Amino acid sequence: MKYMNEFRDGAVAQRMAGEIRRIVTRPWAIMEVCGGQTHSIIRNGIDQLLPQEIELIHGPGCPVCVTPLELIDKALAIASMPNVIFCSFGDMLRVPGSDRDLFRVKSEGGDVRIVYSPLDAVALARSNPDKEVVFFGIGFETTAPPNAMAVSLAKKQGLKNFSMLVSHVLVPPAIEAIMSSPLNRVQAFLAAGHVCSVMGYWQYPPLVDRFHVPIVVTGFEPLDVLEGIRRTVMLLEAGEAKVDNAYARVVSFEGNKPAQKMLSEVFETTDRKWRGIGSIPSSGWRLSEAYRDFDAELKFNVSGIVTHESALCHAGEVLQGALKPNQCPAFGKECTPRNPLGATMVSSEGACAAYYNYGRFVTLDAQQAVPVS
Amino acid sequence: MCLAIPGRVSEIFENHGALMGKVDFGGITKTVCLEYVPDIAVGDYTIVHVGFALNKIDEESAKISLKLFQELGVIEEELGPDAISEDGAPHEVHE
Amino acid sequence: MNFENWTCPLPLQDYPSIVIGHGGGGKLSAELVEHLFLPAFRNSVLENLGDSSVMPALAGRLAFSTDSFVVKPLFFPGGCIGDLAVNGTVNDLAMSGARPLYLSAGFIVEEGFPMSSLAQIVQRMAVAAEKAGVQIVTGDTKVVERGHGDGCYINTAGIGVLADGLRIGPRQAQPGDVVIVSGSIGDHGMAIMSVREGLEFETTIESDCAALNHMVDEMLETSTDIHVLRDPTRGGVASSLNEIAGQSKVGIAIDETKIPVKPEVASACELLGMDPIYVANEGKLLAIVAPHAAEAILARIQANPLGANARIIGTVTANHPGMLVAKTGIGGTRVIAMQIGEQLPRIC
Repeated sequence: MKYMNEFRDGAVAQRMAGEIRRIVTRPWAIMEVCGGQTHSIIRNGIDQLLPQEIELIHGPGCPVCVTPLELIDKALAIASMPNVIFCSFGDMLRVPGSDRDLFRVKSEGGDVRIVYSPLDAVALARSNPDKEVVFFGIGFETTAPPNAMAVSLAKKQGLKNFSMLVSHVLVPPAIEAIMSSPLNRVQAFLAAGHVCSVMGYWQYPPLVDRFHVPIVVTGFEPLDVLEGIRRTVMLLEAGEAKVDNAYARVVSFEGNKPAQKMLSEVFETTDRKWRGIGSIPSSGWRLSEAYRDFDAELKFNVSGIVTHESALCHAGEVLQGALKPNQCPAFGKECTPRNPLGATMVSSEGACAAYYNYGRFVTLDAQQAVPVS
Repeated sequence: MCLAIPGRVSEIFENHGALMGKVDFGGITKTVCLEYVPDIAVGDYTIVHVGFALNKIDEESAKISLKLFQELGVIEEELGPDAISEDGAPHEVHE
Repeated sequence: MNFENWTCPLPLQDYPSIVIGHGGGGKLSAELVEHLFLPAFRNSVLENLGDSSVMPALAGRLAFSTDSFVVKPLFFPGGCIGDLAVNGTVNDLAMSGARPLYLSAGFIVEEGFPMSSLAQIVQRMAVAAEKAGVQIVTGDTKVVERGHGDGCYINTAGIGVLADGLRIGPRQAQPGDVVIVSGSIGDHGMAIMSVREGLEFETTIESDCAALNHMVDEMLETSTDIHVLRDPTRGGVASSLNEIAGQSKVGIAIDETKIPVKPEVASACELLGMDPIYVANEGKLLAIVAPHAAEAILARIQANPLGANARIIGTVTANHPGMLVAKTGIGGTRVIAMQIGEQLPRIC
């Protein structure tokens, strides 16, 4: 595919990694905020190409990992209701709530459907006028414009049976919370390239000024990630705290104006609880006044939910980079990919799941078996 | 949050009051909402996330990036496989 | 429906849809057998219509396999549940090196299911069986109430015969063995995905559904130093190789850049955030063979139309037993773990 395969060139990647090796002189801890970048790093084995001095901390950039438990439980409650078609992106189906997940609800008779786009949910509402169609609107700023458009179109089309369970989270407040935490070890950020394609990167200079950390807008293909890391290391080595854009083919300083206009119409800022981290003020979006009729939380009375997070789960500290997964006492014991306690083990790009798989390999590989003669 | 892939716009039309298009992703065609890229034209490339085009791809910028990436580390390579960097670690040159 | 070759289609024409009586064992059931199944499957064993079918004595060890087919949608680009039902069991038998001979076919049909659809499925099974060189010699039909059965479920069981001395199985992989895949991966799974509600594409990806037994015969003619054969169906190449690594207590190391993937399958996977290595195949096999025989076996697979894109993709190692590890396109390493449940599309 054009604009994809060229950015996966193996030989070039090796040379770029060599260049990073050449310029690094001491240890640096860099956080990539976006789950998509974490996925790319693990999928391609990018961190193995990097010099030992570079530590990549996988941040809370995965909506699967950070959607608050209360909201998951609300989703499960709504999805269990008769006459509801509950639509969601595939990512959310295995996220554990207090006592079950959407898959369980499906097996118990709930009409749970995976959709590719929120517009598919709107189409379902059109073609099923006698059912209530609810869409699980999670995600960062990248997914917010599509979700906003879905609600906007539903309103334009006069649909009365469509609503959205909204749990949008925002990147800049997350960066602020991480940097303000006493446990923080992060020295630089790779900003999420597709979030920035929507929002631009005008929000980052104030953060850079306040916390003196380089923030480099980074893409997702191996060469893009390596370039983001390279520019970050250059800034770190030079002691410069700046914002840089390593994904210019898609990201501009102002971002996407039509998208931002729609966002300001459909959503308004709210405090949000981040699973494992706690409440971060003004870190989320909810539907604005004009679109309250489409808010599933108001439409469906799902009060009285008692949430129960496992006391053994340290996902929050892992998400902030304060704890490595294998330092969690439950890691690999009570908590495994098959029986995840928290979201960082459920999601295949959650730090815990990633460590579980790769860490075991490193251990086994080191135990040399008897060589074949 | 961020799975958005590049595709080429092959058709533009309207549906249910929204600007839509057909986008070709390396042989796969999908209908995509183009409301957020109102100036896009047939033949342009765009990145698509959950059925929405989020931004046009700046082809010139892509070319410049690729050229830069290609050139990185080439100088060390030209010095040969025994090139040693300043910190004393030998380079691995992969063909 | 083409009734030209059929003895007497008249009774079936009275019933455009399946009714409960068709599974009742009475006249309606008999009519279904006589006018739908018999003409399609057409063989002397079946035509006896005994409670059980008696075949001639077989020389050699028997291989026996069963599988049930519940695919949705029933008809997809490149095939239907009928093709899967025959080829799936034929392939399971072939994967132990057996020559598939006889199949049974059990149908669970939903009340109201269109007769023409059932006829189409049965017709496809007949064609697949003939291509594979097997006979469907016994069967059963039950009808369940409307709202159950998803249209049609099929179970097939199969018997095959093994040549003397063959020892092919998932515990037989040895360090040093070579891993071969017979062609492009992910075709079937993405063909199904592409017509699933909410995920449709406007480009057709075709399932690779096919019987592999003739190709396996050709491979065994070339060399009997084949240690493992596996058709990577649900869970894809990743699951099959993980299972084999676990059962043989070996590690398997593959090079991702060597694995063939059709461009449209790769694109579809990118779009949905899925990894082709976990996607189902229905017309491909993995062969783990002794290193000295690898090139010859590869060439023989490539000479077969179903194996034109076969490649050597990796080796078996004594390191990291039980784990499947891959070298990525940029020279890194990733562990390809067993998936928990089904692979789902993602946005993240």
